[in-house]
Amino acid sequence: MFGLKNTSLFGDTKKLEKEIDDFVDILSEVGLVFKSIIPTYLNYSANEKFEEMVDRVKEMESKADKITKEVEHTLYEETLIPDSRSDVLRLLEHLDEVIGLYQGNCYHFSIQKPNFPKEFHQDLIELTDNVVNCVESLCLTVRSFFRDIQSVRDNAHKVTFYEKESDIKFSALARKIFDSELSLDKKMHLRYFVEKIDRICDQAEDIADEIQIYAIKRSI
Amino acid sequence: MELSIIIFLLGGLFLGWSLGANDAANVFGTAVGTRMMRFRTAAIICSIFVILGAIISGSGTTETLGKLGAINALPGAFAACVAAGLSVYLMTRFGLPVSTTQAIVGAIVGWNIYTGSSTNTKILITILSTWVLCPIIAGLIAMFFYVLAKKFIHSSKLHILRLDAYTRAALILAGAFGAYSLGANNIANVMGVFVPISPFTDINVMNIFIFSSKEQLFLLGGIAIAIGVFTYSRRVMFTVGNDLSKMSPVAAFIVVISHSIVLFLFASQGISNFLQSINLPSIPLVPVSSSQAVVGAVIGIGLLKGGKEVRWSVAGKISLGWVTLPVIAALMSFMILFILQNIFNLTVNF
Repeated sequence: MFGLKNTSLFGDTKKLEKEIDDFVDILSEVGLVFKSIIPTYLNYSANEKFEEMVDRVKEMESKADKITKEVEHTLYEETLIPDSRSDVLRLLEHLDEVIGLYQGNCYHFSIQKPNFPKEFHQDLIELTDNVVNCVESLCLTVRSFFRDIQSVRDNAHKVTFYEKESDIKFSALARKIFDSELSLDKKMHLRYFVEKIDRICDQAEDIADEIQIYAIKRSI
Repeated sequence: MELSIIIFLLGGLFLGWSLGANDAANVFGTAVGTRMMRFRTAAIICSIFVILGAIISGSGTTETLGKLGAINALPGAFAACVAAGLSVYLMTRFGLPVSTTQAIVGAIVGWNIYTGSSTNTKILITILSTWVLCPIIAGLIAMFFYVLAKKFIHSSKLHILRLDAYTRAALILAGAFGAYSLGANNIANVMGVFVPISPFTDINVMNIFIFSSKEQLFLLGGIAIAIGVFTYSRRVMFTVGNDLSKMSPVAAFIVVISHSIVLFLFASQGISNFLQSINLPSIPLVPVSSSQAVVGAVIGIGLLKGGKEVRWSVAGKISLGWVTLPVIAALMSFMILFILQNIFNLTVNF
């Protein structure tokens, strides 16, 4: 009617809402898988179970990519949320980068097979748990941006908290590594991995800051 | 119908066209400018509802304008319309959001002065006071809706996509209501001066209803407004939308609905009668300015946000335009009447 494209507007809206929810679910799930991947690797090295988990992360990453493209297409095709369309798309792209960082970490473990001595295991697992908690808080921030803009600040604050915790854990572990008796090449190799895991938190914090700005822009 | 009558009516149609091009942009400007709605969709809805509003509810404000000055010769009405249309065009060139309402009132007063007819000061004061009241009421309504919308959005926790879809639907409904109110309230500006000297006769449509000469005039005026919407309002709509680009779609909806309610209030015979029936002062049925209503609503929301976003220098410039427009229209009306009477030897007053 009247050349309106929005005869299926509510249908498209529901579909998009679901796709965005699915995307955030994937981000959360990838984190949970990553949380088990590190202890699995540390206990059994790059065995079959570990590789299966890496494949799972890869699958989820592809699925997230597909959703990003579909959301982008629908938002532009149906000219939905014109005022915050670019913000939403940028947000999804940056969240996709977090999934990419998880996947990158998995690949590096799988290819380079770093040899973490037992004395570092607990610290690395704690750092990983903290990173995953940070991304979990980011997921809550994203969900609140879409549904409950007033909670964005509270959730974003949690992301900042975990990022700071992560920095502390990273520094402590890096110091421990360089204080050890390992050779310099091995120390640097291990530091590279610890740094890459910590990098996920930095990205999560940047995104949480972005979301806070988007939320201010969206306030009526 | 004589060719001269058609030529004189063209003056009104020109004013109708400029109303469609400028004032209609106030109704859908924010929706189209923020790309929440396509121009074509907006133009079609706007045209249909402007015509309906004009025919169904256009009488009240026309009577008031008639009382201000009963122009009794077609060349006189032509002069008033052309003067109003040109002065609106002139002010629009300066980028000031003015309305045909102020222009036609100024032009009628110009006719009164030129012909030596007395101006009904009581009606004039009523009209002028509504021009002060209109932006204030629009601002208050916008504030009320803003607080309500904020509470609703925070408590309902709607997904932004769902909110976007609802806002879009609400903008269509508010825009249709706004266009109806614009037609009802502002048709008097376009065709009011022609009503006492209408060249049409009543048509009995299959004994079902009588299509009065006044309604025929209003239909014609409505069509002129619709043509203005289709041919020239696109650019103005985008300007209105971009000027108000800081507004969210929800705020845009609040502006449109507040504007529409104000225009409807000042055009509704029903509401006026109801208020009288319960011993409340009735609302005068006066053509008010849609631009004033929009600016009032925008400032209302701006004040609620702390007033920092309101550019008072711009608001001052706009207010200055509202004061100067009727004066310019009156002077122009006077000049055109002089030319018509003395150069073309036409009777502008019986």
